[in-house]
Amino acid sequence: MSISVKYFASIRERLNRSEESLAAEGICTAGEVWVRTTGEALPANVLVAINQEHARAGDTVQDGDEVAFFPPVTGG
Amino acid sequence: MKIRLTTGPLDPWAEVSTYQQEQASIAGQFGATAVFVGTMRQLNQGDAVRAMTLEHYPGMTEKYLEKVSNEAGERWSILDSLVVHRVGNLLPDDPIVVVAVWSAHRADAFDACRFIIDELKTRAPFWKQETTINGRRWVEKNT
Repeated sequence: MSISVKYFASIRERLNRSEESLAAEGICTAGEVWVRTTGEALPANVLVAINQEHARAGDTVQDGDEVAFFPPVTGG
Repeated sequence: MKIRLTTGPLDPWAEVSTYQQEQASIAGQFGATAVFVGTMRQLNQGDAVRAMTLEHYPGMTEKYLEKVSNEAGERWSILDSLVVHRVGNLLPDDPIVVVAVWSAHRADAFDACRFIIDELKTRAPFWKQETTINGRRWVEKNT
C-alpha cells in the first residue's frame, strides 16, 4: 500500500506532474506528504483534500489514502 | 435531485425543461422554479478572453455537487434540484453552469438556488484557465 498523491490546475503545471505514489512510512499529515514529494514547505495558498474531502495540512493521512493539492477553486 | 458534468455543449433551458418533465413525482406540487445560469464572459479583469478550459477533480467534484444539493434540501423546503456544469473547453457566451430548484413557494426556491451556486463556487473543485491575447492564465479567485 501507499499514499496516492494528485495535483491539479496551476499546482499540476508548476510541478509538471498530475499524480504520483508515495510510501506511507514516516508520514503523518497531508502537509508532510507535500514536503516529501516536492522538497518544499506547503505554501499557504495551496489547498488540500484527503480522500476527496476538503482537509487541512495538519490532518492525518494513512496508508491507502488519496491526498490532493490544488489552488483555490474557481468554478461556476 | 440530479447532478451532471458535461464536456459537450450545454443548453440550460433544455436541461431544466427535460428534467422537469421527467420528474413525475413533483408534477402538481411545485409553485416555484428558480434557475441560475452562469455564462462565460468575453472580458475578465480588463482583458479580452478568447477561450477557457475548465479543469476538475473527477470524483470529488460530483461528491461536492451532491453534498451542496443535499445540504440545500436539508435547509429549505424544496421538492427537487438540478445542477449541470461544463468541463473542458469553452468559448465566450457558452453557458458554464445551470442550477434549478423546484419548491412550493418562491422564497425556498430562490434561497436554495443561491445557496447551491454560492457553495459550488466555494467548495466544488473546478479551476478555470483563460486564453487571452497574452496567452493562458489560471483564474486565481472567484468573483
